[in-house]
Amino acid sequence: MAEVIHPRKSLSINPLKMSQPLGGAMAFMGIEGCMPLLHGSQGCTAFGLVLLVRHFREAIPFQTTAMNEITTILGGVENLEQACLNIYKRTNCKVIGVCTTGLTETRGEDLKGDLKLIRQRHPELAGVEIVYVTTPDFAAALEQGWGKAVTAMVEQIVQPALGATEGQINILAGSHLTPGDIEEVRDLVEAFGLTPIVLPDLAGSLDGHVPDQYMGTTYGGTTVEDIRAMGRSDYTIAIGQQMRYAAAALEAKAGVPFEVLDRLTGLNAVDQFVQILQKVSGRSAPAKIRRQRSQLLDAMLDGHFYFGNTPVAVAAEPDLLFALTAWLAEMGAKVVTAITSMDSPILSQVPADQVIVGDMDDLERGAAEKGARLLMTHSHGRMSAEKLDVPLFRVGFPMFDRLGAAHRRTVGYCGTRDLIFEVGNMLIEHSHEAAPDDWSLPEGEEANATATAH
Amino acid sequence: MLKRKVEDVFNEPGCATNQGKTDKQRKSGCAKPLTPGAAAGGCAFDGAKIALQPIADCIHIVHGPIACEGNGWDNRHAKSSNSQVFRTGVTTDMSDLDVIYGGEKKLYKAIKEAITRFDPPAVFVYQTCVPAMIGDDIVKVCEAATERLGKPVIPVNAPGFVGSKNLGNKLGGEALLEYVIGTEEPAETTPYDINILGDYNIAGELWQVEPLLKKLGIRVLGRITGDARYHDVTVAHRAKLSMMVCSQALINVARKLQERYGVPYFEGSFYGVSDTSMALRTIARMLVEQGADPELIDRTEALVISEEARCYARLAPYKQRLEGKRVLLYTGGHKSWSVISALQDIGVKVIGSSVRKSTDNDKGRAKELMGDDGMLYDAIPPREMYRMLKDREADMMLSGGRTQFIALKAKMPWLDMNQERHHAYAGYEGMVSLISEIDKALFNPIWEQVRTPAPWESICAPLKQREA
Repeated sequence: MAEVIHPRKSLSINPLKMSQPLGGAMAFMGIEGCMPLLHGSQGCTAFGLVLLVRHFREAIPFQTTAMNEITTILGGVENLEQACLNIYKRTNCKVIGVCTTGLTETRGEDLKGDLKLIRQRHPELAGVEIVYVTTPDFAAALEQGWGKAVTAMVEQIVQPALGATEGQINILAGSHLTPGDIEEVRDLVEAFGLTPIVLPDLAGSLDGHVPDQYMGTTYGGTTVEDIRAMGRSDYTIAIGQQMRYAAAALEAKAGVPFEVLDRLTGLNAVDQFVQILQKVSGRSAPAKIRRQRSQLLDAMLDGHFYFGNTPVAVAAEPDLLFALTAWLAEMGAKVVTAITSMDSPILSQVPADQVIVGDMDDLERGAAEKGARLLMTHSHGRMSAEKLDVPLFRVGFPMFDRLGAAHRRTVGYCGTRDLIFEVGNMLIEHSHEAAPDDWSLPEGEEANATATAH
Repeated sequence: MLKRKVEDVFNEPGCATNQGKTDKQRKSGCAKPLTPGAAAGGCAFDGAKIALQPIADCIHIVHGPIACEGNGWDNRHAKSSNSQVFRTGVTTDMSDLDVIYGGEKKLYKAIKEAITRFDPPAVFVYQTCVPAMIGDDIVKVCEAATERLGKPVIPVNAPGFVGSKNLGNKLGGEALLEYVIGTEEPAETTPYDINILGDYNIAGELWQVEPLLKKLGIRVLGRITGDARYHDVTVAHRAKLSMMVCSQALINVARKLQERYGVPYFEGSFYGVSDTSMALRTIARMLVEQGADPELIDRTEALVISEEARCYARLAPYKQRLEGKRVLLYTGGHKSWSVISALQDIGVKVIGSSVRKSTDNDKGRAKELMGDDGMLYDAIPPREMYRMLKDREADMMLSGGRTQFIALKAKMPWLDMNQERHHAYAGYEGMVSLISEIDKALFNPIWEQVRTPAPWESICAPLKQREA
């Protein structure tokens, strides 16, 4: 439906996009006992760390190989080696997730070879999974870094299957799912008597709980044992197109069949998910789920008045953009401006005339031109919203100026219902109240001009 | 060229530590080598941008791939009283093709577009790792842009890999010395003109101090760079003195202002009552030495006496509540002692303080203040910090955002003392805010609640069965 536009710009103003290595590192944060490591200058990690802390309001384990001027010229293998050893010594971690950066990719580090060498030199690291992924800053965006990191976890940790564990299914969660979303998905899956392995599981690590002791690594998330066992599952459901490669890699490695769901927001999308769960489990939906669906129907009935024909401008990474815009369109709203961070096969399905791979400046211009009454994007949209005097519905990453980012839920029957209420309330709050001059007749000259024009 | 500049800022004659070194030590610089896998903190680019971005009416273009700006823009609370243009996130967002073919042309176009679009008085261009590696010459591009586009376009050559945030601060300062300071003249000068260096007006801290200066008839002519417009930086060479606020961050700028333009400087702080008073007195004394009317000293003395009295009167009600509370201070630089003295004034005990990034002088003063009650730490490992709090060795921690969750997860009160803070703690006003924030945190009713055992942690007798 939508035409995808790649403006050739020299200047990005108020970026929407964040970098691939940050997405990769975030995915590693959903693994238990893990230390994500960026192979680059220490600033690469520092900027990401600050952003993650502001969003999740949690301690974030995140390290750097601290490349300097000399190692940038001579090569970073020693830095990588030292980093792995120091992390292992200090944190006793189970997984180190290495992501490259613009710096190491420009130099052309041989990560695979380097790690092989490090393994040979240090048998003490044998018990640690070191997963590596190439994520140059100068290509794609956060979403792709996430997808690549999960693919790397599958390729490097999952074991080829010897038999199957009945009722076990894999959920590959895209970067657009919050810990609250993952909890919702898990609840749905478990309602059918199935046992899900969610990869990566941010709900285990970054849902904002208070552990009883200090941990230097992630505290919670998918365990290495569970990742290894994913090859024994009956089925894989990948949420978001970004997870297609990981699902395909899992099938190639362990023969687990899969289905990619573009989204889990909106009645039809959740229905499709529930149908798969019925099929895999051989059970019909339990009463609780039926009730939730009915509640969603009611929310749609109550809410549609406020959504119908409302012009909305949305900026988000591809999979989240699709989930939000498809749902908005299903509620009767008009997606007048759609902005995203990178190319993706899903973009052509966005219910808008065009999707621009651009920045907040494009969002602001589009919203102004098309008279959008609502902006939906991450917290960096706040300046545009202020300038346009239009309400901003914060969604996605980062959300640093609101509480509870981890628990904002937009998937499942319940998540969609909540989303209708939250966005609907915002529209109600900012709806136009009738004023005496709203329906004044055209003035003299204007009226004449209109008459001549006709 | 960048190498020479780095050596130059490391060889800082104004720095006491550097003076005590041999030639050989001096040459190797003062940056501690970073430990891979155990490093924390920003890079040189980060430091340069922190130092310069508060220049509020300018456009700050980050030349590099998306990470350098996309992951970090609009993330500080440097406040501006006028233009908000500096908060705009602007980058060339280099793609793989730019890496292959070079990014110089794109950068030039970007500068041109920024000038057309925003019409800023000047543009700052920041170099980052990737374009530095592929050999993009931002100095040449900026030269050409300045010439053809008719606006100052200032290259800031501090790619991340050259070193730490602190080095980046200094390299940012070098860019000001080379391209900005001295390029314009003030409409008028007075014997009461000063520069403030190394304060970035975080959370509006300058605004807690400026009313004091204004009352004394002292004008902040040069702002480097808190609440600055471009013009406020260009004229810094005409001030009568510089006050260098953040320990050593911009010492190179202070010293070179003295060497090139005869502007003397002193190091001072607006944290704590006694420091604020001392800073005001020093400013007055030095201005008089430079030719201001000697009556300024008496007026300053009178203001200090009345403001100190007003401040202590406002702090008095807290004294009773806070007397004997124990605080763990995890900050650095001059804050390590200036905050200790402020807390001790109202009876709060500092059981430990970190002295990272502090000079020997800072450390000495901290030790002297704390006596035998407190420990000085270089760095406390997070695990140990958690234990100290969990075991209630302290009632509260004051630190930066990085260590926030160590305290909170130990279910202990915490207060932000760092760059990301939302509250301003400078001058006499700031002391009152700091103490009231400490009080607010310590006495919040949640602490009792979050420490109560969960229902399943206590055994209770089962409900008696109803008789049929």
